[in-house]
Amino acid sequence: MTRTARDRALAAATGLCVALVLGMLLVVVGEIVRHGWPQLSWAFLTDQPTADMTGGGIFPAIYGTVALTLLMTVAVVPMGVATAVWLHEYAGRSSRLAAVVRAAVHNLAGVPSIVFGLFGLGFFVLFLGGSIDDLVYGDPTRPVWGKPGVLWAALTLAVLTLPVVIVTTEEALRAVPRDLREAALGLGATRLQTVVRVVLPNARAGILTGLILAVSRGAGEVAPILFTGAANFLPYLPSDLRDMFMHLGYHVFVLATQSPNVEAARPALYGTVLVLLVLTLSLNVAAVWLRSRYRAALRS
Amino acid sequence: MTPVNETGDAAAAGAPDPAVPPRDHDESEAADVPRRKSRRLADSFRTPWTHRLVERAVAAVAWTAIVAIAFIFVFVAREAIPLLYERHEDGSFRLVDLFAPRQWPGYDAPVYVWQPVGTPEKFNVVPLFVGTLKVTVLAMLLSVPLGVGCAMYVSQYASRRVREIVKPVIELLASLPSVVLGFFALIVLASSMQAVFGFRFRLNATVAAVALSLAIVPVVFTVTEDALSSVPRSLHEAAIALGARKYQTTLRVVIPAALPGIAAAIILGFGRAIGETMIVLMASGNAATLAPFDPTTSVRTVTATIAAELGEVARGEPHWRVLFLLGLMLFALTFLLNLAGGLIVRRLHRRLTASAT
Repeated sequence: MTRTARDRALAAATGLCVALVLGMLLVVVGEIVRHGWPQLSWAFLTDQPTADMTGGGIFPAIYGTVALTLLMTVAVVPMGVATAVWLHEYAGRSSRLAAVVRAAVHNLAGVPSIVFGLFGLGFFVLFLGGSIDDLVYGDPTRPVWGKPGVLWAALTLAVLTLPVVIVTTEEALRAVPRDLREAALGLGATRLQTVVRVVLPNARAGILTGLILAVSRGAGEVAPILFTGAANFLPYLPSDLRDMFMHLGYHVFVLATQSPNVEAARPALYGTVLVLLVLTLSLNVAAVWLRSRYRAALRS
Repeated sequence: MTPVNETGDAAAAGAPDPAVPPRDHDESEAADVPRRKSRRLADSFRTPWTHRLVERAVAAVAWTAIVAIAFIFVFVAREAIPLLYERHEDGSFRLVDLFAPRQWPGYDAPVYVWQPVGTPEKFNVVPLFVGTLKVTVLAMLLSVPLGVGCAMYVSQYASRRVREIVKPVIELLASLPSVVLGFFALIVLASSMQAVFGFRFRLNATVAAVALSLAIVPVVFTVTEDALSSVPRSLHEAAIALGARKYQTTLRVVIPAALPGIAAAIILGFGRAIGETMIVLMASGNAATLAPFDPTTSVRTVTATIAAELGEVARGEPHWRVLFLLGLMLFALTFLLNLAGGLIVRRLHRRLTASAT
């Protein structure tokens, strides 16, 4: 083989890898859209499922997913942003603690999602909820807080998505020019004023990106909520932090594996998958777009 | 705040009083200015206590990630550890049976069996780890070449415009919820693969591995691409100056320089594959068989076992505790893999940036 031919061969081989991966993505998304699209209707999005879940709509699952991710966002964004601010604005470059925090954040990102499920059950439901019950109600046979519910599931997901928010926010803080900080400090602002009034407003896009990525990740995760609050079927919408909830991802799992009549459930299944896919993919595309904007700012 | 002067900057940045004395000196020379006034002046350059309080709170919140890691360990262990000292007088549960084969009544030879609902209950974790390893290795065989290939194309061959489309799209693959990939494997992939390859079982290790590799490729790709792109330009230029072709530069200069990064990508991808739950739960068939070298049998992985069985078990039973113990082992394993992967990546970056200057 001549050297030119080898050159072309390597380019072709690696290009083939790209084509294969993109092709698979296209097949997955295409298949879901093809079968799921005919299912979508206003009624499908706004109705209760029928009792055997082969018909009706998926409104409770959408409602539960939104409630869950909203609660999760309320918990994770302040914590993630505060951690990123501390890492980038307060901890020095040689801070030992900052190195440990960073290592912890990276490790947290790699913890298997099912382990988060065990942690949520062991810590939030049994330990935290159980302790509240012991202190307030004192009747171990009738748990009030010490049982799976939307609050515990949301907090579990908040821990899971914490690294996403921290890493994205820190990147956004890095993109804020030093001059702005120095100008603020030079005008006599305290460090905190500089952070709150100058740095954070300029990092808005990045913080929003982190939030969107966290929501997208949190909305799609099923393993962590298996034991912390997701329900197969509920005849009512959750109205209390302690209620269980239906969830799009969990609904997909239930319809695909535990339905008594898988064939009959298939249309509803495809429809649910499509809704979940549209939700997570559109959030991610939005995040990618936002990020490309402030990355361009960072480069210039 | 009082009017700004040239020392405001330093005082605001949290430095204590050293900036103040000269001024203090000036004013005391201007005759009987009360002492208190100079102290008030000094105070005005100090960060207000409310700001300090908020800063303390921010510093405290920064501990969350560390505390979270510690709590995950503690509270998963809390449910598992009593297994080690709780006594099971009826002899139904023995710790050694978790790992060693045992000749159960009705069996001809000692065996490794996971059969938590049988009588007696049999909790041997070996088949589960064999299952996890089988699916993971198969998935890695697919996703490492694909991920590294994509990374090579994007970092070495693609034009800037192509790169800026292809890279985010591959990373978009990582954002597909694993339950969607599991669904795809279960409903679409399993049947078509059975039709093509004639598998005996519709759901098996290979089907799960193919779906799993879709989730792993972006991990391998991202880390590898990062390593390949951080190889300094000077190395490229030196190779080209010596008359090397593009493929020679790529294979003999760039790849060797970035090799630790590729190793890290494999380690991190492996860690992700071991911990993936929904895909294997839905697509692997979930039969705890012990056939380590047959890729066409159904398998039951560690993660799928926890997900499928924990909901059915009462708290405090040996079965409950064994499931948490599985989680603990999984956590320990992925923790070590992530630690190793992260360490390699950081070292590589330091080496490459050092050699660039």
